[in-house]
Amino acid sequence: MRDDKLCQLTIHEAHELLGQKKLSSLELTMALLQRINEVEDKIHACVTITEDIALEQARQADEHISRGEITPLTGIPVLVKDVICTRGIRTTCSSKMLENFVPPYDATVVEKLKAQKAVILGKTNMDEFAMGSSTEHSAFFPSHNPWDVERVPGGSSGGSTAATSAGEAIYALGSDTGGSIRQPAGFCGVVGLKPTYGRVSRFGLVAFASSLDQIGPITRDVTDCALVMNVIAGHDSRDSSSVPHVVPDYTKNLNSRGRSLKGTVIGVPREYFPDNMQGEIKTALVAAINRLQELGATVDWEVSLPHTRYALAVYYILAPSEASANLARYDGVKYGFSEQNAGSVIEATEKTRQFGFGAEVKRRIMLGTYALSAGYYDAYYLKAQKVRTLIKQEFEQAFEKYDALVTPTSPTVAFKLGEKMEDPLQMYLSDVCTLPINIAGLPAISVPAGFVQNLPVGMQIIGKPFDETTLLDIAFAYEQATSWHERKPML
Amino acid sequence: MKLSHQQVEHIARLARLGLSAEERDKFSLQLSDILKNFEVLNELNTADVMPATHSIPLQNVFREDEEASSYSQDEVLANAPRKEENCFKVKAILE
Amino acid sequence: MTYETVIGLEVHAQLLTRSKMFCSCNADYASAPPNTHVCPVCLGMPGVLPVINKKAVEYTIMTALALNCTIPEYTKFDRKNYSYPDLVKGYQISQYDYPISEHGWLTIDSNGAKKKINITRVHLEEDVAKSQHREGYSLIDMNRSGVPLMETVSEPEMRSPEEARDYLVKLRSILRYLGVSNGNMEEGSFRCDANISLRPSGSTELGGKVELKNLNSFKAVYQALQYEVKRQTAVLEEGGTIAQETRGWADDKGITVTQRSKEYANDYRYFPEPDLPPLFLDRAWIKEIHDGLPELPEARKERFMTQYCLSLSDASILTSSRTMADYFEDSVRLMGPDRAKLISNWIQGDFSRLLNAVGIEIESAKISPEELVEMLTLVDKGTLNGPAAKVVFEEMFHTGKKASAIVEEKKLSQISDAAEIKKEVQQAMSGNPRAVSDYRSGKESALAFLTGQVMRATRGRANPSLVREILIEELRNSQE
Repeated sequence: MRDDKLCQLTIHEAHELLGQKKLSSLELTMALLQRINEVEDKIHACVTITEDIALEQARQADEHISRGEITPLTGIPVLVKDVICTRGIRTTCSSKMLENFVPPYDATVVEKLKAQKAVILGKTNMDEFAMGSSTEHSAFFPSHNPWDVERVPGGSSGGSTAATSAGEAIYALGSDTGGSIRQPAGFCGVVGLKPTYGRVSRFGLVAFASSLDQIGPITRDVTDCALVMNVIAGHDSRDSSSVPHVVPDYTKNLNSRGRSLKGTVIGVPREYFPDNMQGEIKTALVAAINRLQELGATVDWEVSLPHTRYALAVYYILAPSEASANLARYDGVKYGFSEQNAGSVIEATEKTRQFGFGAEVKRRIMLGTYALSAGYYDAYYLKAQKVRTLIKQEFEQAFEKYDALVTPTSPTVAFKLGEKMEDPLQMYLSDVCTLPINIAGLPAISVPAGFVQNLPVGMQIIGKPFDETTLLDIAFAYEQATSWHERKPML
Repeated sequence: MKLSHQQVEHIARLARLGLSAEERDKFSLQLSDILKNFEVLNELNTADVMPATHSIPLQNVFREDEEASSYSQDEVLANAPRKEENCFKVKAILE
Repeated sequence: MTYETVIGLEVHAQLLTRSKMFCSCNADYASAPPNTHVCPVCLGMPGVLPVINKKAVEYTIMTALALNCTIPEYTKFDRKNYSYPDLVKGYQISQYDYPISEHGWLTIDSNGAKKKINITRVHLEEDVAKSQHREGYSLIDMNRSGVPLMETVSEPEMRSPEEARDYLVKLRSILRYLGVSNGNMEEGSFRCDANISLRPSGSTELGGKVELKNLNSFKAVYQALQYEVKRQTAVLEEGGTIAQETRGWADDKGITVTQRSKEYANDYRYFPEPDLPPLFLDRAWIKEIHDGLPELPEARKERFMTQYCLSLSDASILTSSRTMADYFEDSVRLMGPDRAKLISNWIQGDFSRLLNAVGIEIESAKISPEELVEMLTLVDKGTLNGPAAKVVFEEMFHTGKKASAIVEEKKLSQISDAAEIKKEVQQAMSGNPRAVSDYRSGKESALAFLTGQVMRATRGRANPSLVREILIEELRNSQE
């Protein structure tokens, strides 16, 4: 098989070849490292490549496979967003603050991947501390969209989605606080799932907004997404916000081709199709939803979630507030960047943070500090928490009638690099379709649903809490009926 | 709601964030802009609404009082920017 | 004009859990080398998460119940945001608007009368790291970071430094009875901040509130408050006003001094800790904890007075610590309640003197209640006389040997054999003819002299009353 074909294999395809001994993990790993070598100067998806570790892990995986010890992720190379801690491998959050930080621990999800004998190729670029929607807020370099390198891959998991799209890894892990998996997955034409809050352990995920953050898979198709979920989901005693619910087999319903969606009731909330949305995106989504209807789903086009219009404000109060506390630990004392050219211990802390953080991180720390400060707490933070309750309730009511809600993943396709860098509000609006879902703690998946001007369009399917299974079922049926996911960018 | 330079400086001080004059000016404009967008929340009467303090309704998550081994001193100090006598070293803390 | 003193105390006590508040590191760091009881959680590393130590919550509930507090069904943790190099995360996980307990009280004895001091709240939080100061820089050891810390806040209801001291002694004794804290002020596991203000007698208008810090002993708390009463009175009498400020106690100079505020502004930006789900305190659990509470010092003191006929003063001292009270009762159980006063005297007398001299508590002593009772039984049986018992007890205290073994080894048993004593008496008489003739001429003091000679010759072991009896008999015999 040609190397560029190998690089675009899905997990389940590669697994089959490995199981049949038609391919070794080492061959696959070498092909991907080669591919990274070739395309990285255009894509800039990776912050750290762990070639030696990957080759060693591949050899070990091959040994296991030769003994017949193989699970769906054994020997399959993965890239991990650089906000997820990896023992002995620097974890930077694409920040100068953590440029040389080497955690002495693995995130729970990384432990779980290692237990399956996965092969870790390296760490992917992101918006600094996951704050951003374009990966331009990386302290190191912006990542580029494989479909048009003049454009952003989205963010903040843009490195992970660009790499998965460009064939630099078979799949990747991302994190999603307000859309950071789904929006870039949509921009790059890959599948991205934000699990229900509490479904996947956050232990080892560097916190941005603790009540909103979740780790999730970024894959080439829905089956792969389910396979990764089978491994990373589950209770973790080290994360008090992870739930003790039993993890179902997410692949259970995903083997019957041409599955009908008969009996599935889907709602289409009109607030997610605002007037200023790109017309072609609306057209693509309408076509996609029509396809769901053709597959047997009952579609209600007249759903209204009027509190959607408050989500942006709620999010940009709550997330920065939590972030202002979460990022207070970066003071140059215990680890990370430290500026000592200062007169006092306080000044040293202030300068460390002034020079260690980028503009967007500082903006959000300022915003959050303000929203929590004396005299403003009730008007901003408390108010936002109350509206959060209303948004949650509105979704709960909708889910009494619908099995899932379907929306565009983003109001636009991938925008040009630099286009929104000077206008934070415009950048924030890029997540307007995704952040209400984090506020409500719900699961949502973005799947490729068409192209506009040769750029991928994502469809977001939102589900009930802990009902990732229904999302994957709908996404799988749609994927089987379409071929968007088979298109690959030319590089 | 327009943020004054003084307010921006006060917030920066609370957040222990050094700011250049340029950053201060820029933030005062940008933050004012963003805060204006938050005013939309005032449309809603939330007097009787309970705040959502957590994402999902978990409660009483405990661990038993069991001791496990700590990390080695070397691991603890490995990332320290400055250290001495197996401690983290900082500028003089004024009491 | 006379002024009334208004004092409130905030007490922080480290809890005696095995592991830290939110991670599994060993919480007993007292003798550990720096940074050896540390993990990513208590070091505040990126991405790691806290998990609540159930025992720490239980200990706080125990304390709250002992302090007659109300325990709400709902409680939660919050982040208290401030920046300091010893605070690893830049926020302390503490409790703000829904503490584990509120509205309690304890009683102190004030001028012979009982006085109730109300307690505002008891809540749970985590301790910060420890810094040491060097010439021009500071060093931070994270071992203390994350140790469970229980804060007890009183209402400002104490009216004198004496009352404040009594409150503190009482609170500490309760915590130690419960076994939730070792109450050691010198080692910093039991820390006290005091708020003090003055107001003209009869007025309700308070003067500026001064917060006192760096109070590292009971004596420091008492002396600092006394100093502040004098200082503030002097300022007010000269027509001045008291500024609201934080002052530190300078132990060496015996004065309080203005402290630089460590916070630029007191704006802690509390918000609910998103990493920790709230707690719903099940009533059945609270009842279970309540049923398991030990007898508290106040109740035990009353019981000692009625059950063992002890004075208020004896009962107070014996119940001042749970281990001393246990020691006393264990001993009484072995020897019988009619000997309670004797045991009380020994514990408060020689035993306490020796414990103080070595600087240890009764539970660390080498003498068990069984061994104390064995020694006292030897006295009862006449094997040991009073002076020898003191010698034996001191030897037991230092060596841990049993009384009988020491008696044997040092030949300290009393000589009650008449023949043996008679021999000694005859020797003393023949060696001191002058004293013998003095006695015969009517000098009674000569008898005491001759008795002393016999005691000296037997190194104190002769039974003194027997010596006297035989001596009189021999003197009479020799005259005939």
